[in-house]
Amino acid sequence: MNDTLFTVLSTLVKIVVFVHIALILSAFMTLVERKVSAWMQDRVGPNRVGPGGLLQPIADGLKFLFKEDVIPGQVNKVLYVLAPAIVLVPSFLALAVIPFGPPVEVAGRTVQLSIADLDVGILFVFAISSLGVYGITLAGWASNSKYSLLGGVRASAQMISYEICLGLSVVSVFMATGSLRLMDVVTTQADGIWNVFLHPLGFLVFVVAAFAETNRLPFDMPEAETELVAGYHTEYSSMKFAMFFLGEYTAMFVFSALVATLFLGGWDVPFVAESTLAALGNWGSLLGFASFMLKSLAFLFFYVWVRWTIPRFRFDQLMGLGWKVLLPLALVQILLTGLFGILFSGDGGS
Amino acid sequence: MGKLVERRALKWYEELYLPAIVSGLGRTFRQMFEPDITLQYPEQRPAIADDYRGAPGLVRDDEGREKCVSCQLCEYICPPKAIVIRPGEIPEGADNEHVEKAPREFFIDMLRCIYCGYCEEVCPEEAIFMTSVYELNGATRAELVHDKPRLYEIGGTRIDPIKKWKGK
Repeated sequence: MNDTLFTVLSTLVKIVVFVHIALILSAFMTLVERKVSAWMQDRVGPNRVGPGGLLQPIADGLKFLFKEDVIPGQVNKVLYVLAPAIVLVPSFLALAVIPFGPPVEVAGRTVQLSIADLDVGILFVFAISSLGVYGITLAGWASNSKYSLLGGVRASAQMISYEICLGLSVVSVFMATGSLRLMDVVTTQADGIWNVFLHPLGFLVFVVAAFAETNRLPFDMPEAETELVAGYHTEYSSMKFAMFFLGEYTAMFVFSALVATLFLGGWDVPFVAESTLAALGNWGSLLGFASFMLKSLAFLFFYVWVRWTIPRFRFDQLMGLGWKVLLPLALVQILLTGLFGILFSGDGGS
Repeated sequence: MGKLVERRALKWYEELYLPAIVSGLGRTFRQMFEPDITLQYPEQRPAIADDYRGAPGLVRDDEGREKCVSCQLCEYICPPKAIVIRPGEIPEGADNEHVEKAPREFFIDMLRCIYCGYCEEVCPEEAIFMTSVYELNGATRAELVHDKPRLYEIGGTRIDPIKKWKGK
């Protein structure tokens, strides 16, 4: 087998596997969300489909497929149909650069466990994931309904307030790493200590901004079911509605994976040196992958946990928090990292 | 006059809201392990009190005779006019022929019934009772108009200490 064929094949396999991980996780996140919310409210949650309600996502999916696909008369048909796809596609695209685990050996060749190990890594994620907001805004616009429009407008305003903080919060991480490649960020942490201890402020800002970026409570202004009926997807039904959901949950997974990668050591197993992991060969890689998934899942749980704890912010409070608190905090973190870098290593890296 | 409540100024760390958020997260996390209060309805049933005002039903006495004498007081008092009675005679030769009247037809429209219990209260013969039946459903409107057999099915037999018609 020549190298080109091997690269194409291995990439295809990786795409199929990783996309399915994201898809299945998104499906089961809907169940986790309902179960955890139920437990937190002393309820039982879905428990009728399958053992303990485990097959609920499948029942939900079937229901979405067989529901009537209503396109209301007042909508702009082209944009209305396009919008769910625009929400869904960027979430999956951003998945491409996530390093799922240490490299594995297949047929004498080394395979990186990320679909595309781009040099611009994080920039790619930010560039792609912020495209998702176009889908939400277009959905609000094309629906030609006041609630949808308000939701769409809020989404774009929210994106502007938070994208900057999101970007600035990770600058310190890359100052310390000296590379934008996500693989390098993980290897640096695997050798040293996790970035969450080095850049706590950056971590805090990134987490808050990630909540805003994925439109999750306490920043689910575009949906805001108590004020805007259902926000941008008020007029949507059937599988188009499900696609918004899928997009939201996949984006949640991408950002959980990013938090794990950037701040929680990626596929680094705590208290185990990277060389020990490498000595185990592919089993070590599997262990690393498990560690990475565990961290991502823990953060996904955190998403749900926060959703059922903190009430929604008012719109101006959200903008105020974004511009007046998180932006200065992110700048302070950058300043501190630079300062420490100069003081302790003299060459700008820590 | 409203009462003026002094509001304590927030301390600097309280203004960060982080302690409040953390304590809130702790609260919800602990709540996850509290016992559930959900009743799994079709399998588990709530405890129904004896004097629950559910669907009204007609009762028979311990000799299996219908107690209703078709006086139509319940029909008269029923606020939403849910009860319709067509009185009939008790045929001569029956052992309770002296009672004279019995309902030929007895309808309670459960789509109209407001479960006020006036019919039970007004009945001089203690023949109609509010029961603990609370599950009423039907595929058609006609199904929810209870006729005599259905009403006796709901009411069943009720044995009272006072045998009003005994030996009369």
